Amino acid sequence: MLEIKNLHANINGKEILKGVDLTIRDGEIHALMGTNGAGKSTLSKVIVGDPSYEVTEGSIIFDGHDLLAMKPEERANAGIFMSFQQPIEIPGVSMANFLKAAVNAKRKYQGLDPMKASDFLSMMREKRKLVSMDSKLVNRSVNEGFSGGERKRNEIFQMAMLEPTFCILDETDSGLDVDALRIVAEGFNKLRKPETSAIIITHYQRLLDYITPDTVHVLLDGRIVKTGGPELAKQIEDNGFDWIKEEQ
Amino acid sequence: MSEQQYIEFYSECRDMIMSKSTAVMNNEREKAFELFKQCGFPSQKVERYKYTDVDKAFAPNYGILFTPLGIAPSNYIFSLKDAPKDMTAYYNRLADTSDGITLLNTMLAHECLLIYVPKNTKVEKPINVDNWIRGSVPSMMNRRMLVVLESGADATVIVGDHATDQQAFLTTQVMEVFCHDNSRLDLYEIEETTPGMNRFSNVYIHTENDCNVRHSCITLHNGTTRNLCDVVMEGQYTDVTLNGCAIASAAQHIDNNTLIRHIAPNCTSNELYKYVVDEQAVGAFAGKILVEKDAQKTSSQETNNNLCASPEARMYSQPMLEIYADDVKCAHGSTVGVMDETALFYMRQRGIPEEQARMLLKNAFMGQVIDQISYEPLRSKLYVKVEKRFLGELEKCKTCNLCK
Amino acid sequence: MPNEFVKKVAEEKYKFGFTTDIQTEIIDKGLNEDVVRLISQKKGEPDWLLEFRLKAFRYWKDQKAPNWGHLRLPEIDYQDISYYADPTRKQQQSENKEIDPELMKTFDKLGIPLEERMALSGMAVDAVMDSVSVKTTFKEKLAEKNIIFCSISEAVKNHPDLVRKHLGSVVPYRDNYFAALNSAVFSDGSFVYIPENTRCPMELSTYFRINARNTGQFERTLIVCESGSYVSYLEGCTAPMRDENQLHAAIVEIVVMDNAEVKYSTVQNWYPGDAEGKGGVLNLVTKRGLLKGHHSKLSWTQVETGSAITWKYPSCVLQGDDSQAEFYSVAVTNNYQQADTGTKMIHLGKRTKSTIISKGISAGKSENSYRGLVKVGKQADGARNYSSCDSLLLGSECGAHTFPYMDVQNNNATVEHEATTSKISEDQLLYCNQRGISTEEAVGLIVNGYAKDVLNKLPMEFAVEAQKLLSVSLEGTVG
Repeated sequence: MLEIKNLHANINGKEILKGVDLTIRDGEIHALMGTNGAGKSTLSKVIVGDPSYEVTEGSIIFDGHDLLAMKPEERANAGIFMSFQQPIEIPGVSMANFLKAAVNAKRKYQGLDPMKASDFLSMMREKRKLVSMDSKLVNRSVNEGFSGGERKRNEIFQMAMLEPTFCILDETDSGLDVDALRIVAEGFNKLRKPETSAIIITHYQRLLDYITPDTVHVLLDGRIVKTGGPELAKQIEDNGFDWIKEEQ
Repeated sequence: MSEQQYIEFYSECRDMIMSKSTAVMNNEREKAFELFKQCGFPSQKVERYKYTDVDKAFAPNYGILFTPLGIAPSNYIFSLKDAPKDMTAYYNRLADTSDGITLLNTMLAHECLLIYVPKNTKVEKPINVDNWIRGSVPSMMNRRMLVVLESGADATVIVGDHATDQQAFLTTQVMEVFCHDNSRLDLYEIEETTPGMNRFSNVYIHTENDCNVRHSCITLHNGTTRNLCDVVMEGQYTDVTLNGCAIASAAQHIDNNTLIRHIAPNCTSNELYKYVVDEQAVGAFAGKILVEKDAQKTSSQETNNNLCASPEARMYSQPMLEIYADDVKCAHGSTVGVMDETALFYMRQRGIPEEQARMLLKNAFMGQVIDQISYEPLRSKLYVKVEKRFLGELEKCKTCNLCK
Repeated sequence: MPNEFVKKVAEEKYKFGFTTDIQTEIIDKGLNEDVVRLISQKKGEPDWLLEFRLKAFRYWKDQKAPNWGHLRLPEIDYQDISYYADPTRKQQQSENKEIDPELMKTFDKLGIPLEERMALSGMAVDAVMDSVSVKTTFKEKLAEKNIIFCSISEAVKNHPDLVRKHLGSVVPYRDNYFAALNSAVFSDGSFVYIPENTRCPMELSTYFRINARNTGQFERTLIVCESGSYVSYLEGCTAPMRDENQLHAAIVEIVVMDNAEVKYSTVQNWYPGDAEGKGGVLNLVTKRGLLKGHHSKLSWTQVETGSAITWKYPSCVLQGDDSQAEFYSVAVTNNYQQADTGTKMIHLGKRTKSTIISKGISAGKSENSYRGLVKVGKQADGARNYSSCDSLLLGSECGAHTFPYMDVQNNNATVEHEATTSKISEDQLLYCNQRGISTEEAVGLIVNGYAKDVLNKLPMEFAVEAQKLLSVSLEGTVG
């Protein structure tokens, strides 16, 4: 369970989050919508511990851990995974080496021995199929020369490898065509266990057609200003955000 | 200044040195001595030596070693004494007679290792040369090498520089390389020495027409290293590549200085040097591409990328172009940078601990140079060694065959 | 064809090569302590300034001229030069307050609006001929805002404390050989003081001209921009055609305080010598700005087309945190001209940022070098530098060189340098020709396009002049 209380955060001295409260129980899917610059990505980056952001007030508790006191890698090992809006290229670091390091870091955190090379390779093969990822991509450096869609697919592939319990999909749908969107969304649904919870950040209804949220939140100017069921996403799709601003 | 003790030593011991040597070398000795007396060691005011304190390295009182060359029987490696043909036309012909270190080497080196590949001969296996220095007192060694590839010859040469014992050592090395028409040379220099080591290496390469020459200079572990590599491209349609990989930590010092002189038209040169400087280490790179008036249609690219990994590390970078021909394509690029924080964060979000993520990034950074090594077994070996170096596991004894 | 056409090097037209017949007071040639004292005395200077000069002279005496540039600097006989020439002397004697009409004509010919009514371009001008500042325009208007813009001699008289505080604070007399020489014998130059929170309402401009024979010009410019203020300063230079070399060793010092911004633009068109390399100005200049305050900004823009020899590195010391410095340069060399120019960016403060854009164009038998240093000190966390140095070669007898030096002592800094050398491609020329543009015109177009990044940084009035100058300087390199 993730519990955010009165969260305030800055970047370069500018306050972006101005008191966010949000509770996500195990197995719940929450969609986060809002205008550009409202603070959606900031919230997700603060959850995963991006050092560029400074938390000035508030708390985040994840499965009983004080998340803000943990390093980004400790948060990841505790089960938090973010699908980045713009996954970065890491030239020279092969996907295999990268994922081996990540998988074994998590096993170490869980008190397990490193995975045998052959087991790791068959795991790669198996998970790759889940998101219909080309084996050629797996042999390249991390995200190097990947198209936008391939990068997003690669994010879900990594999610499959790391089996997180809490996922953040930050605009995973942006830049994807209908088929790619379906593959990514179906991949996510296949990987999802009953206790897996998630935050889905999106501008559009179409991703939510595949992944139905339990709750939809609207974030405006650093605060959650409205919360509702899946129908709220449809209302926003039809009417934009102005009517919500007027309600304020 | 520190040259005095060498002048005195030579004055007293010239007969002894000559008696251990051969006429080809002895013929050059006195001339070098006269010049050395005049110019001495280069000070840091000399442009090409501004990043290394030569005087300091040569000041201690070293025991000068005159160890005979140990050469396993081979078709291609000789002592100059036993050269299959007269090498007078080659010996000391490329060496820069205004460089005090080269002069000192010419004065004091008693033997010269010769690699000679006759016309149209392709040497299938790499020619390995391993240099070791060890001793219980501060010691100095003066190594001399001559590499001659006749036209159509093809060889891979791997020169290793090793040291054991925690002792102060000083080596000077002068290597002259002649590549005749249509020859191919893949030359590697790999240093894995100790913090007490002072290495001063001057490599001079001369190319004729249609040659393909690669020089890769890899410093994995060292003390104070100063490598100079001068290439004179006198023939047309020749392709020269100079690559370098320098990893320095603790108080290590790596200074690479290169000069590629394009004299003839239609040649290509490429240069890639990468440094990772950590802790209190100092890295320096100065490379000049000189394109002379007649060297039209020259194409040259020089790149120097550096990673400063600690607040105390220091990096000097000086890529230079000096161009006198108008129909050329020359470019250089140089960066001194920090680790990509975004990449680092991405990796940490996947649960990889920060230290390991940094190591992976350093490894990937250096990988770009290692990728270019064309001799596959060496390439694989270096991937492992570079990784071990970054992990701090590259201990001397594991890689040194001396005790085995 | 294209290779043929770049070979021909015709005579360059230097349109500012006239001399002016003005009665000028020149002191005897030669340099010693007495000469230094005489200069100081003629200018009625206070003792502290004489002391400053003497210290500099004594230091200079024991130094040797630098030889590290990629230049063939002729032996300069410092005893064969007169260190003080005053074209205004006559006027003072005749008690006529008006400026000598000959002098007015000179500046008219140069297109410099000395009369305020002519200065519709809204530029305040300080004109320096030979050693002495002739007239500064718009002084009153600037005074309303408490801005001081006058010759440095006047400043010594009227604002001694300001001058004393800042003179030599950025370029100490021990800085280099030519800086020491200038500190000993500088004759005049401009002084600018912008008080706190003031935006200078107009471009300030100085025109320098060397007229008298066998004289050196040693002007000194000092600009102080207090917190929160802004000034844009332009400098232009010309000299008559003479067979012998004329020495010009100037110093420019700039101090920029918190949140202040200074833009300094130069169009340097000293006489470059003739097509055989005879004569021309030896332009040996030390320019440096100290970005003393946090968030201060300094930008150097230079278009260097003149001088037989240019040796100049407008530099920035980025001392204040978050300060930003820029260097934009176009250097054109033709015939036998030699230029060794570039910049130094010394990063000391945190998050300091510098940008270097240098465009070298070489033609004829000239040598054109970029030389630059980027240094990042231990404390300069987060410092960033980007340098880009391009060279264009027109003809096969010239040289284009790039000598960047980088010295990084901080692991949290990013320094990037890139350089290319190229020529005008035959395809580009053919394309232009096919559209009916002559080769010469095409080269002008392409060169101006190549230099655009830098020309764009110049104030409007200067940009037009600089563009013309570029074409003129290269006239005859193709044909």
